[in-house]
Amino acid sequence: MKTQTGTSRRDFLKIAGTTAGGLVIGFNWFSCDSPKMEVLSTEQILAQAKSFNSFLSISPTGDVVIFSPNPELGQNIKTSFPMVVAEELEADWERVRVVQANLDPSKYERQLTGGSGAMPHSWERLRKAGATAKFVLVAAAAQTWKVPASEITVKNGMINHERSGKKGHFGEFVAVATTLTAPEEVVLKDKKDFTLIGTPVKNVDAKEMYTGKPMYGLDFQREGMQYAMIQRAPFGMKLVSVNDGAARAVAGVTNVVTFGSSVAVVGTSTWPLMKAKKLLKINYEPDGVVESTTDHDRLFAELMAKGKAEIKRKDGNVSAAFKSAAKIVTAEYQCPFVAHSPMEPENFFAHVQGDKVELVGPTQTPDRARQETATLLGIPPENVSVAITRLGGGFGRRLRADYVIEAVEVSRAIQAPVKVTWSREDELTGGAYRPAVRYRFEAALDAAGNMIGYKLRGVGMNAGNTTRESNFPSGAVDHLLIETIEHASSITTNAWRAPITNFLAYAEQSFLDEVALAAGKDPVDFRLELLNRAKTNPVGELGYDVDRMLGVVTMAKEKSNWGKNPSVKQGFSVYFSHKSYVAQVADIEVASGVPTLKKITAVTDCGLVVNPTGANHQVRGGIVDGMGHAMYTNLTFEGGVPKQRNFDTYRLIRLKEVPVIETHFVDSGFDPTGLGEPALPPTGGAIANAIFAATGRRLRSQPFIEQKEFSDIQLQIKRA
Amino acid sequence: MANFTLKVNGTTHQVEVEDDTPLLWVLRDHLNLVGTKFSCGIAQCGACTVHVNGNATFSCVTPVSSIGNSEVTTIEGLSKDGDHPVQKAWDEVDVAQCGYCQAGQIMNAAAFLEQNPSPTFEEIDNAMNRNICRCGTYHKIREAVALAAKSK
Repeated sequence: MKTQTGTSRRDFLKIAGTTAGGLVIGFNWFSCDSPKMEVLSTEQILAQAKSFNSFLSISPTGDVVIFSPNPELGQNIKTSFPMVVAEELEADWERVRVVQANLDPSKYERQLTGGSGAMPHSWERLRKAGATAKFVLVAAAAQTWKVPASEITVKNGMINHERSGKKGHFGEFVAVATTLTAPEEVVLKDKKDFTLIGTPVKNVDAKEMYTGKPMYGLDFQREGMQYAMIQRAPFGMKLVSVNDGAARAVAGVTNVVTFGSSVAVVGTSTWPLMKAKKLLKINYEPDGVVESTTDHDRLFAELMAKGKAEIKRKDGNVSAAFKSAAKIVTAEYQCPFVAHSPMEPENFFAHVQGDKVELVGPTQTPDRARQETATLLGIPPENVSVAITRLGGGFGRRLRADYVIEAVEVSRAIQAPVKVTWSREDELTGGAYRPAVRYRFEAALDAAGNMIGYKLRGVGMNAGNTTRESNFPSGAVDHLLIETIEHASSITTNAWRAPITNFLAYAEQSFLDEVALAAGKDPVDFRLELLNRAKTNPVGELGYDVDRMLGVVTMAKEKSNWGKNPSVKQGFSVYFSHKSYVAQVADIEVASGVPTLKKITAVTDCGLVVNPTGANHQVRGGIVDGMGHAMYTNLTFEGGVPKQRNFDTYRLIRLKEVPVIETHFVDSGFDPTGLGEPALPPTGGAIANAIFAATGRRLRSQPFIEQKEFSDIQLQIKRA
Repeated sequence: MANFTLKVNGTTHQVEVEDDTPLLWVLRDHLNLVGTKFSCGIAQCGACTVHVNGNATFSCVTPVSSIGNSEVTTIEGLSKDGDHPVQKAWDEVDVAQCGYCQAGQIMNAAAFLEQNPSPTFEEIDNAMNRNICRCGTYHKIREAVALAAKSK
């Protein structure tokens, strides 16, 4: 395979010495010796390393430093990205150090974490970065040894010329290689020759994490740094006045600063601020609509009945199809607000000095942090530096820069470096959430049980579009109408792991089970019928690859022994999101009237699996996340404020609530796609459908444990 | 403000803080031991777990004034070079996703296995159920605790 090097020529062979630009520079926290660095620290290697391109530097010692540009929040990108570079470079993985790159738009495109998009975006760029570096190393060796480059082989960080018996490690050729011109084209490896990709490589930060090294934003400290915590206004309210006398009297509090409707208490450590914040006396007044969950429920009913909908897709003649139908199935599904609740609460460090700003912290969108800071202060974006720490989870919360801007506001006000820390209560009450949403589905069946008509109306909040109108079952139904209605809520909302589909998939896959039942068909056969229709005679545009969806459905049917064991009640679900396909089957066995969730089988097509450990993590983690929120989690509002303020009332899934999960991957031959999100959407539907199969109870709202249909079901979980 | 003498990871430290300051914030803000994590602050998630006289303790709700002469061990002091059997098992099983909760998980597991060196799976689950992992690494946590138990 030959491929153009594209933009790599621009940044190729700029010898940058130590300026390759990772978090490693300028922070004393990395001066503690990492256990991997028995011989040289990463700083020592970087001090002598030469930059080959934005992604890698190599030192004369033969040590390779790979820069990972995208924020790491648990999706394992900091391990899988460097694996791809190292594969094409033919590096010795034992001699690779990985450094989180700072924000640098001149070096990296799409330096963000969201939408499971990093791997598909960067796959070829990473390969080229490794391959072009290998090319010049080989050329340097050829020049040094005076042998043809074509006779040279590279393996495990060693360059070999078999005929003359000459060999040397990468480091020996760095000086010459970095004087050479970058190739116009580069040969990438055949996938069948991969030796690192496809193997279970361990997390590159493992040792640091398991020994408590400072690596998260909340761990960051700087000499002279102040701490701050912030009281934010309820949604739909604004600040009128604040009495901060009692707060200021707390020992350790140095200042109280107001900006917008936020009040920041500032001090020399965290604990006094937690106490002082509770002593603030703040008067608010309404600033728009102050919403409660009961308002949302009423609103959903009104908009569903007579709201003006935006048509997202219309195929055929829907009203005629429903008029001619032998049977019509209708159902409504609803989900509540939920928070992102990453284990590391929001926090950020900011130091505003004149027209320059230094930012350090956990962000999924470092460039957004930079842009919003520049806009706030009226300075050029280049004046804002952003160092990306490891993120203690994100789930979409850290796509926003609101908590970064708070740190900038406080630093500007107090003219000092500051770290803003959110408490868990702040995290649950301060937005931004996955908004509540309600769906109404209608299906028209002909006398033979074929689905001839399909209608979906979604009522959402601040979401733009509550549907995925080109996704399955679109393309498989002659007469189809998909509509969305929007409510502009004063409650801040945001993308939440697998935005929209995290709930839509559950509702849709549950409803399709209801339709299959009405049609008298097996739920899997029913889906296969629809998919075969979409394959042979598609209606309109398809936003999904029918063959790949058929692939996961077929394999899940086989791996789960679908329908083979009458004592096992099964629930099926399949969904395509973020370029990957995942089918899931939940198994429930009932003994003496007690249902036990015994297993979830997941079949994934994410193209080539770069790191099997990471892929398994993402699939199982996505299922645990999907199950936890479907089963247990709810955030309700009263007067613009959430009622659940910490993990005592805001319930997250725990270890004893997680069933056995079996994972399989389809070898589809496609390039890798992301996996941070796609395993989550199908889970709620698989479990709901299994619960229906086992108990006859249809769960049309989340969280399940709060539904009256579930109230007398004592679902047990088989964990091993 | 009052003066407290604390024994942490075998070293004696002096800090001047209010009586009610949770051990968590003394460790993080005053002793620069940030391996112990803040997440809920109300003893619900276990991210802040340390050992006080060998017992797994939620440092976020443990006032510094209650420590007295007790020996405090944090993730930084669990072993010299990350070679405690639980840390090694965590590495072997490759447990972490985001990793933020894992120091607390490891500290809980280490104290548990000290008291129950050969636990059943049920006992492991009961012990580890008090720590939340938002990434959902629960299968691997269970596997790593079982491996550490075997390897001891």
